[in-house]
Amino acid sequence: MSDADRGNRPPLLLQIKELARRSVMRTLRQPAQIVPATAFPLILLAINSAGLDSAANLPGFPTDSYLTFALAFAFLQAGVFAVIGTGQNLAEDNVNGFFSRMQLTPIRPAALVAGQLAGTLALGLFQAATYIGVGLAAGGHIEAGIPGALVLIALATLITLAFGSIGLIAGMRASTPENVQGLFPVIFVFLFMSSMALPRDLIETDWFRTIATYNPVSYMIEGIRSLLITGWDAEALALGFGCALTILLISLTVATASIRSRMVRT
Amino acid sequence: MSGRNGSQPQDNGIEAQGLVREFKGGIRAVDGIDLRVEPGEIYGFLGPNGAGKSTTVHMLTTLLPPPAGSARVAGYDVVGEGAAVRDSIGAALQEAALDPNLTATEHMRLQGALHGIPKAERKRRGQALIDRVGLTEAAGRKVGGYSGGMKRRLDLALALLHRPRVLFLDEPTTGLDIQSRTALWDEVARLSRDEGVTVFLTTQYLEEADQLADHVGIIDRGVIVAEGTTQALKAEIGRPTVEVVPTDHAGRTRVAELLEPFGELVPGSPNGAAVRLDDGREELADIIRAFDTADVRIANLELHAPGLSDVFLAKTGRSLEGAQAEATGQGETGEQPTFEGSSA
Repeated sequence: MSDADRGNRPPLLLQIKELARRSVMRTLRQPAQIVPATAFPLILLAINSAGLDSAANLPGFPTDSYLTFALAFAFLQAGVFAVIGTGQNLAEDNVNGFFSRMQLTPIRPAALVAGQLAGTLALGLFQAATYIGVGLAAGGHIEAGIPGALVLIALATLITLAFGSIGLIAGMRASTPENVQGLFPVIFVFLFMSSMALPRDLIETDWFRTIATYNPVSYMIEGIRSLLITGWDAEALALGFGCALTILLISLTVATASIRSRMVRT
Repeated sequence: MSGRNGSQPQDNGIEAQGLVREFKGGIRAVDGIDLRVEPGEIYGFLGPNGAGKSTTVHMLTTLLPPPAGSARVAGYDVVGEGAAVRDSIGAALQEAALDPNLTATEHMRLQGALHGIPKAERKRRGQALIDRVGLTEAAGRKVGGYSGGMKRRLDLALALLHRPRVLFLDEPTTGLDIQSRTALWDEVARLSRDEGVTVFLTTQYLEEADQLADHVGIIDRGVIVAEGTTQALKAEIGRPTVEVVPTDHAGRTRVAELLEPFGELVPGSPNGAAVRLDDGREELADIIRAFDTADVRIANLELHAPGLSDVFLAKTGRSLEGAQAEATGQGETGEQPTFEGSSA
């Protein structure tokens, strides 16, 4: 009995579940995707907090621990790796014909998008937990306490998903996984043009402060940083969650449209 | 038995009329081909790289829309009833499209879920297919470590998971060693013979088409230049030749005299003589009897039947090997489907 005889489309949730399972296993089985994506932000955190520690003495600096201040940036760097990892995985499916295999099944584009992001989500959760653990072990602290840590993980995961969705767009448009890798420096520069190294009100160079003010990355960093340094800052959290959610929704819409158009069959 | 859209499938065959696929610059990768594949038969689609084989497969499997012409697969129209076509077919495209990070069992599980096969059946059938293609021992290993032959066999098993009535195999044995190739041939032949699956097989190997196909279509530069059974195609272009080498080299003239009544003498080995038979290979016994009666001892006797390579040469004016080299040197015919990067 073929599916034509069954006459039913497979349940969406089943497709999502199995594609998510594949995505998670695929991520877990590629140490090259996990180790650099987790370790690199920690290395940069160690370098920054050691070399720029005296910046915490600047008048108006929000904390006396530069480590706590810099920890927020690690979560955003994880986002960069989410773009590259997710994009490369999708581009690889395109190049090796796996996408065509899926096209020949009654797969739904929504299942493919959700499934592809599951691995990104798993990695994001792992990274968030690692950064919190390492940050605390190294002497940092979370002003908002344990509930704040949970909110921090939620925000960090949302940010990873938002960046992962950008990765889906990149993966659909790139002809090879290597092309996606080429985005790394571009996104990294975009990340640095934010309040990553200093609070915005302490940035004296006008053009830099202006860019940082318009850069949504600043608000996502400040959302995370508020939990680490200030405690519960509703405005910072609203802006952080708002920016991440907006990027996620826009990217998901574009990615779904790209995947839908790529999946057009007769 | 009706499809998702309620239409009634007529058979398991394939029919195409005036199928066209044009790429950028107006180049026609497929230029108005007609073909008919009967239910349950193996159809060999033979041609050099860039001839239009894969583009035809992409249109018949609904992955590319044909801008002109029409085709029905398993009784469904490839344009208007794409979903029903996909439900009825299995396909192993040119590259074994597998995730190197998954095991064979995990591939089966995913493919089954995407097709909506119930869990118990998915598991049972997945295991049965893994066993059938000889991957039982390797089923729990990541596919990235598989050989080319193992990947091809898994690809075939995945294409069969939802019990398709029509199977498309796009150059399934390219790059495989002879053992893997033979194993795959056996399985394809079994599918057609025992399960009545219609197989559309593209290949650039004459031997493969000769060995497997009930009917052969030869495509060159987007056009089908010959179609029929392998026997009929060979018979159409020529008669077999018999070449005889006597044990006594001095008897070469005598050999030629004995062969002459059976047909037209043609150049052969320097030590023997050859004749193109008037009435085909049925005369072979008479030739041997004639040599026996004349008491001429034979060191070697060979029957040269025309092959598909001769058919290709006769129909296109160039050898298949030459056409391959030409395609490699000049690039593929037309734009490739951007999503696969495979040859046309």
